[in-house]
Amino acid sequence: MTTNSPSEKRLEELHEQAWKDGVVPGKGVDVAGGPIPRKPGYYGQAVVKPPVWTWQVPLYFFMGGIAGMSAVIALAAVVFHHVDPSLATNVGVARTAMWVAAIAGAILSPILLIMDLGRPHLFLNMLRVFKHRSAMSMGAWILSAFGACVVPGLIALELHAGQIFPGAIDQLLRVAAGIFIFGSAIFGTLLATYTGVLIGATAIPAWFLHRTLLPIHFGTAGLGSAAAVLELLGHRIAALNFLGFYAAGVESALLIWLSVDKHGAADRAIHEHGSGWLIRIGEILNGPLAIVLRLFGQVPLAALSFLIGALVSRVGWIAVGKVSGSDPESVFAAERY
Amino acid sequence: MIGEGIQSTNQRKHSYVQDHVEVGFFTDPSVCIGCKACEVACKEWNQVPDDGFTWSGNSYDNTGHLGASTWRHVMFLEQDRAKGNQITGLMGLPNPQSTIQDPQSEDPFRWVFLSDVCKHCEEAGCLEACPTGSIVRTEVGSVLVQNDVCNGCGYCVVSCPFGVIDRRPEPLADAGGAFKCTFCYDRQKSGLVPACAKVCPTESIVFGRLDDLRARGAERVQQLQQSGYNDARLYDPTETSVRGIHAFFLILGEPEAYGLPPKPQVPTIYLKSAWTSAFATAIASIIATLVAFAFFS
Repeated sequence: MTTNSPSEKRLEELHEQAWKDGVVPGKGVDVAGGPIPRKPGYYGQAVVKPPVWTWQVPLYFFMGGIAGMSAVIALAAVVFHHVDPSLATNVGVARTAMWVAAIAGAILSPILLIMDLGRPHLFLNMLRVFKHRSAMSMGAWILSAFGACVVPGLIALELHAGQIFPGAIDQLLRVAAGIFIFGSAIFGTLLATYTGVLIGATAIPAWFLHRTLLPIHFGTAGLGSAAAVLELLGHRIAALNFLGFYAAGVESALLIWLSVDKHGAADRAIHEHGSGWLIRIGEILNGPLAIVLRLFGQVPLAALSFLIGALVSRVGWIAVGKVSGSDPESVFAAERY
Repeated sequence: MIGEGIQSTNQRKHSYVQDHVEVGFFTDPSVCIGCKACEVACKEWNQVPDDGFTWSGNSYDNTGHLGASTWRHVMFLEQDRAKGNQITGLMGLPNPQSTIQDPQSEDPFRWVFLSDVCKHCEEAGCLEACPTGSIVRTEVGSVLVQNDVCNGCGYCVVSCPFGVIDRRPEPLADAGGAFKCTFCYDRQKSGLVPACAKVCPTESIVFGRLDDLRARGAERVQQLQQSGYNDARLYDPTETSVRGIHAFFLILGEPEAYGLPPKPQVPTIYLKSAWTSAFATAIASIIATLVAFAFFS
């Protein structure tokens, strides 16, 4: 620190003034935590508690979305005969989709969800009660039901596709596969969308103010991600390309919706804070950029862009919740809506 | 009633749990002396870990805020407003150097203490959110976390409109679970008064039957307003979806200054629109996928 620095000059001025006048008027600057609080609320402290969730939760939202919507793609593929058991070399879309759904939904998702618990060894307590008014409880049951459908569904489908058993048993397997895949698809759509309800029905302003947008975003990002994964696994078919366009189109619309639907200080974590950029970057990657890449025929790149966007925006939504929950003025401002 | 040698409800044995009587806390900052005995008593009885030994710089409040290891929290508000008819400054004292002639214009200042606690809401966000059934409603109408059932999912943390409940971090004892004020349910079962109310030297914290306390609170507000505390009021959000709180407060001035939301809402009111959106998305996704495979292959 040289004597020429502004702070030193200021002190020298004060010294001169004190010497000359014998008094230095003025209140000076507000010191943090000074006699009269200048911060909003009670010393600027959070009114609600920000989420304690860590990286596992956004990754779970991402995996659950892929798993759930893969099962929907599997159902549509089965309905329109995209599983062809007569061709041993042709791994049908439905089979791959069911593998993706089972790995992401019945293995990775539960692992991530259990890892995030404060007491992972008590995870089974989730199934002690069924509470329709708790999105977390509904989610635990949806994930369980999904797992209970997707695993037998996959086994039945594989046994049927491989023509392991003769005649009557194979017909039975075919029916079982159909029923379980149907169940997987129904619980799968809920698995992909309930996560929006989960964070939408909370006391965090930036979340509950967008409770209508969130399930649409999470569900559609899940559908696009599932299609993208299948495309990256080699299924370059027109149906998946269409789903890629559909999901990217919806996500583009949501990007516009989010930029228009502002609530002032109440959701400023999205519009004024850095964490909001994660959401917007994610939405650009799985919205406009994915469409442009698809229009130019760059299907793998479009799929990759969509997947990265879907993950980044989920990370962004959790980050925004932490910022919004720590901001007392957001909570006070949100009471107008 | 107040100030007339009333029968203290704070030191009496009772059988509210056995009789299923709704009880509550009425916390009155106008008689709080900021001794923090409630915080100490709560920690000692419930064996709650410390809040950390840091200086906040926020008046005499080094506790911070309610959380997993802070179930009572004495707030210290420093406001540039007069407390009732109180006159601040050198009024009446000889001070020839003072240029201020009107004593009322001398810097008004007040120091307000309020012991914050879990509100034990009528419609409790944490209780509704809990997926394990760990959080329950007791016979006396309080909201209790059963520590041995809680698996630490953290959903109650974001569902409390008052930011009370929190997950206890490592390496503290019982880490990973969600904790908040138990309303000393264990003491109440034995006919004892909650620890914080028992030790309060001025009965700023009053424990008793909820209907009695509500009457007492209304009377106290009236009394204070007659004594010049024009901004005295009760904080009990009965008009919002929370439908009232069992641990309610008398406050001076705006609730925001105490970090209390003026219109707290229980997050379950957002479920309908969120689920509608989710179901619509689910149906749209199924239709889009069926269309894709029907027409594009």
